[in-house]
Amino acid sequence: MAYSDKVLDHYENPRNVGVLDKDDPNVGTGMVGAPACGDVMRLQIKVSEDGVVEDAKFKTYGCGSAIASSSLVTEMVKGKTLEEVEAIKNQDIVDELALPPVKIHCSVLAEDAIAAAIADIKAKREEQSDQKASA
Amino acid sequence: MQVDFSNNYFELFELPVSFNVPTEHLDTRFRSLQRFLHPDKFASAADAERRWSMQAASFVNEAYQTLSSPLKRASYILSLNGISLDEETDTQMSPMFLMEQMELREALGEAPDAADPYAALDKISKQLTGSQASSADEFAQACEKEDWPTARTVVRQWQFLEKLGSEVQAQEARLDDAL
Repeated sequence: MAYSDKVLDHYENPRNVGVLDKDDPNVGTGMVGAPACGDVMRLQIKVSEDGVVEDAKFKTYGCGSAIASSSLVTEMVKGKTLEEVEAIKNQDIVDELALPPVKIHCSVLAEDAIAAAIADIKAKREEQSDQKASA
Repeated sequence: MQVDFSNNYFELFELPVSFNVPTEHLDTRFRSLQRFLHPDKFASAADAERRWSMQAASFVNEAYQTLSSPLKRASYILSLNGISLDEETDTQMSPMFLMEQMELREALGEAPDAADPYAALDKISKQLTGSQASSADEFAQACEKEDWPTARTVVRQWQFLEKLGSEVQAQEARLDDAL
């Protein structure tokens, strides 16, 4: 199957591959997997006090489309507020990368990874404010 | 002998729906179905009958492939019970399991650069074989108890193991080619 130029570009030069400290209170980590193809994706965001994504890293084991989807997403989220990031949908990834129908699930994986990372950072922040409240 | 397309694969092979299938019976029944559907026997048959025999042969093949592979058999049992794996849409898995999978894939990526690449691959392979055997046991138990949520989780994780297993084999083949 032929990949689009954009997929190839992200696949050959993936942006923001790496890892952030998952124990950092400002880092949200999302881990998701797609049983259909055995892909595993880890997406991390570093969020400032006022809720802006300052940095994003990913590591994906999977096909070219899965790698490209997560690479693209790390670029999309940087500089955005959590609310803006939450508004990113898999269709945005599909459109940007021109993914064929059989690869749409790769974009779903990336969307779910962001959602999981946001849920993680929100849970951390709530825990912190609970601790402050009880202190 | 008859092939009924409305049968499920277990019925076609005259077996109860169960994860434990006797391999010998499976093979024997497959061979007799193959003999019955052999193209030579339909060489002079009417077009419709020949088409039927070809469809039946592919149905029998599909059934045999499904029942012979433990993972495919497990997925099939789930589908017979109306359980969907949602393998493309449900991406929530146990974080610990995913972490392990990530580490195994990292190890696989580093294996070619190891001092002894074959030993490195062998280590991953052994761990995978162990996990796959546990998956089979856990599935059989969950199946017996009709604990479908657990059975579904087991199969979903098992798919990752199977995928990684084929990647380990591919890596081994690449090492062989480089010799």
